[in-house]
Amino acid sequence: MMTLQLPSFLLVALILFSVGLYGALTKRNAVIVLLSIELMLNAANINLVAFAKYGLHAAITGQIFTLFSMTVAAAEVAVGLAILIALYRNRATVNIDEMDTMKH
Amino acid sequence: MSGSFAAFFILSLLTIGGAVFMISFTRVVHMVISLGVTFLSIAGLFILLEAEFVAVSQVLVYSGAISILMLFGIMLTKHDAIEDGGSRGVNRIVGFLIVAVFFAICFWAIQRTTWPGPAPISQPDVSNAKQIGMEVFTKYVIPFELVSVLLLVALVGAIIMAKKEGDNE
Repeated sequence: MMTLQLPSFLLVALILFSVGLYGALTKRNAVIVLLSIELMLNAANINLVAFAKYGLHAAITGQIFTLFSMTVAAAEVAVGLAILIALYRNRATVNIDEMDTMKH
Repeated sequence: MSGSFAAFFILSLLTIGGAVFMISFTRVVHMVISLGVTFLSIAGLFILLEAEFVAVSQVLVYSGAISILMLFGIMLTKHDAIEDGGSRGVNRIVGFLIVAVFFAICFWAIQRTTWPGPAPISQPDVSNAKQIGMEVFTKYVIPFELVSVLLLVALVGAIIMAKKEGDNE
């Protein structure tokens, strides 16, 4: 009876996504916010791969989509970190509460 | 208890544990290290789901490249920063409430849906990497090329934005 089923993987991904969402909403360091976003993307990847094996129409397409989303995530991290370094050079802070020039 | 179930239990425990430690640590370098544990265990979960190629790319891209890139980002900014967040208790409570509501709704939906049964027996004669390669180069050629263009654009953009301004030689 103790066989692996789809809901267990979905539950792990849901917990990961929730932790990542909490981190992205509450953390003040911009690098940690980027990391939390990576965590959420990874949770989505787990869901895609799980559906590629256990889904109603199980196919390899889920894994291919995971590879594409990984690529996009890597590009996003590179550009995000570049923006962060440029911002740190100009403002000397990584605290997202102090990045409010466009707000006022 | 079967072996795959035990492996799933340990891997998911490591995954969630790394993520929770990431939230609760105070030094940013420790946060990145514990997230590296999470990324590695997610690769283990992918192997459990018979996605070996995705698992290897997960190790290469996430626990290899992205963790190191994040460490570089921390070292180039404030590497001894302490994350406190204690002065904004209201913000934390509101964030926790939002996440709790989201979690409850999704958990209810997962429990309520009737999922398809156990996976069909996969054909072991074709390797996972070969399957992915055939599919990518027959049905998804244009997205594949677009992704390579996206990587090039991100590379150029990251270099230009991280470059010192007024450095025109």
